[in-house]
Amino acid sequence: MAYSDKVIDHYENPRNVGSFDKSDASVATGMVGAPACGDVMKLQLKISDDGIIEDAKFKTYGCGSAIASSSLVTEWVKGKSIDEAQSIKNTDIAQELALPPVKIHCSILAEDAIKAAITDYKSKRS
Amino acid sequence: MNYFELFNLEVGYDLDVKQLAAHYRQLQRAFHPDQYASGSESERLLAVKKSAQINDAFSTLKSPVSRAEYLLSLAGIDISHETKTIQDPEFLMQQMEYREHLEDILQMSDPLSAIIDFEKTLADEANQLQQAISQQLSQTDYDSAANSVRKLKFMIKLNNELERLEDQVAN
Repeated sequence: MAYSDKVIDHYENPRNVGSFDKSDASVATGMVGAPACGDVMKLQLKISDDGIIEDAKFKTYGCGSAIASSSLVTEWVKGKSIDEAQSIKNTDIAQELALPPVKIHCSILAEDAIKAAITDYKSKRS
Repeated sequence: MNYFELFNLEVGYDLDVKQLAAHYRQLQRAFHPDQYASGSESERLLAVKKSAQINDAFSTLKSPVSRAEYLLSLAGIDISHETKTIQDPEFLMQQMEYREHLEDILQMSDPLSAIIDFEKTLADEANQLQQAISQQLSQTDYDSAANSVRKLKFMIKLNNELERLEDQVAN
């Protein structure tokens, strides 16, 4: 299957790979997995007191599309408020990366990772 | 007729794969299209269809994942086409650690014995999941069974990756 140029770019030069200290109060961690392909994704967001995402890091074990989807969302969420980040849809990711239908679940994984991280942020705050 | 009935097996998760294979071979012989070479066109067509059904049934029941998915589908639950993610942090953290371990194996002093150890760890966990699936299905606790199947898929994926690594190390 042919990957789009954008997928290849993110796959070969993934942005923001790594992790933050989970115990840091400003760090939110989202862990998600896709049973269909066995891919696992960890997305971490560093969120300021006023709810702005200052930094993001990811670690993904999966195919090129899964890695590209997570790399892309780390770029997209930086500087956004948590509400703005929460409104990122998997279809936006799939469209940006020109993912074929069989790889849509990779973009769903990335969308759900953002949501999971924000849920973690809220539970840490409450 | 469901796939279990086709092979004259009791409907359930635990099955004797040897017995399944023996029944499969019997049926394949009986319905082999060659047996119907001199039959009427409709007989031949029927034999071809039956033969295809027997193959589908065998490959579905043989694999621990697709067998569980098939049993769930008999209960009206389709998880084989789902794109939903799972968000069980503890399980996923463990998966991450397994993947990291997999990455480290090539740098180890004795990769082959590390692979064998890891195979055992994965097999133990897969067995536990299969026992859980069997129990959950027999208790008609389909939600839990579906979750265990999802986890088993991750274990099988890991095992495939490990096999690939083993080929790499062996060659």
